[in-house]
Amino acid sequence: MAAVADTTTVRRVRRRISPGRALAWAVMAAIVLITLLPFYWILRTALSSNDALAAHPGDVLPVGATTGGFERALGLQSAEEAIAQGGSGGGLRFWRYLVNSVVVSTLITVCQIFFSAMAAYAFARLRWRGREAVFGLFLAGLMVPAIFTLLPNFVLVKQLGLVDNLLGVALPTMFMTPFAVFFLRQFFMNVPREVEEAALLDGAGKVRIFFRLMLPMASTPLLTLGLLTYITAWNDYFWPLMVSYSDSSRVLTVALAIFRAQTPQSGYDWSGLMAATLIAALPMLVLFGCFARRIVGSISFTGIK
Amino acid sequence: MTIASSSPPSRLPLGDATGAGTDRRTARRAAAREERGDGRLAAVFIAPALLGFLVFLLWPTLRGVYLSFTRFNLLTPAEWVGLDNYVRMVHDPIFWDSMGVTVEYVLVNIGVQTVSALAIAVLLQRLTQSAVLRGIVLTPYLMSNVVAGIVWLWILDTQLGIGNEIIAGLGLDRVPFLADETWAVPTIALINVWRHVGYTALLLFAGLMAIPNDMYEAAKVDGASEWRMFRRITMPLLRPVLAVVLIMTVIGSFQVFDTVAVTTAGGPANATNVLQYYIYGAAFGRFQFGYASAMSVALLVVLSAITVLQYRLTRAGQSDLG
Repeated sequence: MAAVADTTTVRRVRRRISPGRALAWAVMAAIVLITLLPFYWILRTALSSNDALAAHPGDVLPVGATTGGFERALGLQSAEEAIAQGGSGGGLRFWRYLVNSVVVSTLITVCQIFFSAMAAYAFARLRWRGREAVFGLFLAGLMVPAIFTLLPNFVLVKQLGLVDNLLGVALPTMFMTPFAVFFLRQFFMNVPREVEEAALLDGAGKVRIFFRLMLPMASTPLLTLGLLTYITAWNDYFWPLMVSYSDSSRVLTVALAIFRAQTPQSGYDWSGLMAATLIAALPMLVLFGCFARRIVGSISFTGIK
Repeated sequence: MTIASSSPPSRLPLGDATGAGTDRRTARRAAAREERGDGRLAAVFIAPALLGFLVFLLWPTLRGVYLSFTRFNLLTPAEWVGLDNYVRMVHDPIFWDSMGVTVEYVLVNIGVQTVSALAIAVLLQRLTQSAVLRGIVLTPYLMSNVVAGIVWLWILDTQLGIGNEIIAGLGLDRVPFLADETWAVPTIALINVWRHVGYTALLLFAGLMAIPNDMYEAAKVDGASEWRMFRRITMPLLRPVLAVVLIMTVIGSFQVFDTVAVTTAGGPANATNVLQYYIYGAAFGRFQFGYASAMSVALLVVLSAITVLQYRLTRAGQSDLG
């Protein structure tokens, strides 16, 4: 991204790496290291055995290499075997929580984005009485920190009998977030009216226009928003902690915290804990691998109003 | 939504728009529909989102305020007690202590995070605009707070953690980061900086990209140093974006819970008993939902006040550009 107007002489002067620039690169390298090393350390610990970890805490490579940690995290070891290897024998089965996390995050993302898109279209392009008033109400909703609604929402979900149920975990964010509505409304408002009018003249109804024209046109913002929603839903801890008590509704974040709390007499089962952490983190890393450019790019236009 | 009850069915078969006459008729009908509004259709389109909004956002907000004036343990109906919960809150030393811990956390977290994010954003802008680096910087943000908390709990473990191995290797004393009353809050604050700094940096980076490159080129021709350009161009022009980002991150920071829950559980000796953790304990540990709601309202008031104040102080609405 060097300035286009540079003459060769200026460029030659800039080629010489100044001490300041070298220092800046060193800082950047340090930032990259601090950012990425913990990920390596998760992997290294997950592949080590607990005994060897205690004996060689500083070794760079896995020590006493074993997949025991993963077996414990996935509930493949018997309790005796797990305890012998430094686990708690608590019998957590992370494949189960993985499925729960996928179900909850998918349910939240698909429903929230779809319903928000419908509402956004109604706000942007349909004419109806009370539109501005309802929109103002949604706008006010942005001001309430999410955390404030958690306690009353728990009371509500309990009254609905949906505690410890995957639907209960998904419910509060399943219908909309004010942000998603605003974000998509902004997009729909920028679609040229002529596009819609042409379709109307062809006799298409507004329902058809929404599904056949507007949604496909919005595929880019929809995907972007979907990715961010999925990541947020996947990483949520506080709300699932309140409403899930057993395996039937437990998601990865909650299971991970329970695994961490089940400390065996001899000390933490670091190998198993890091294996579980990796299982919880891996899907997001894969998602990032596939959509990195889009996720990185999305922050510039979703973050700032 | 009765206005639209007389409007024609909103979906017309596409196939019959063949002849010119039909064409005109459909066009006329479409125009008529346009005038009459789309009340019924809009009602269908808005219904799910509105339902979600009313049931899971508006109603809980009002109910949260209502519950703060009651005694409520989930099992028996809420009982109106007036200002009792608020009176109790004002006289509760643990509440004030926990407010203090939260403020300390926010100061360290936001202070370090904002400075680091600004540094990273400027490096990304002035040194290299590599998309790969931006991706790397964002990676921790994809992890949950729980993952971040547990990983650092391991790295900073006093006996076996690699962090303390390095410290010991340098000939220094091991630091019980999360088990020490002085260290625990700053440590948690820094763990959350690790997770969020990349995201914040990219928000600021987006703001930096809006600054015309010509300004830097012109300043360079005048012989300005990078530092001078940062102070004279970057900072003034980034200010409105920085203000918005600050408001967002401060509000987020005050709601810290996850990291505390998985690393220290409020300890040692309430040293990391942040407000949200205390509220959670009151509600789910002691079933004092009324008192927990009152403290939530207090947090809401604090957050609103900070938002207004910060908005005023930083003049977030105005730009120095132009």
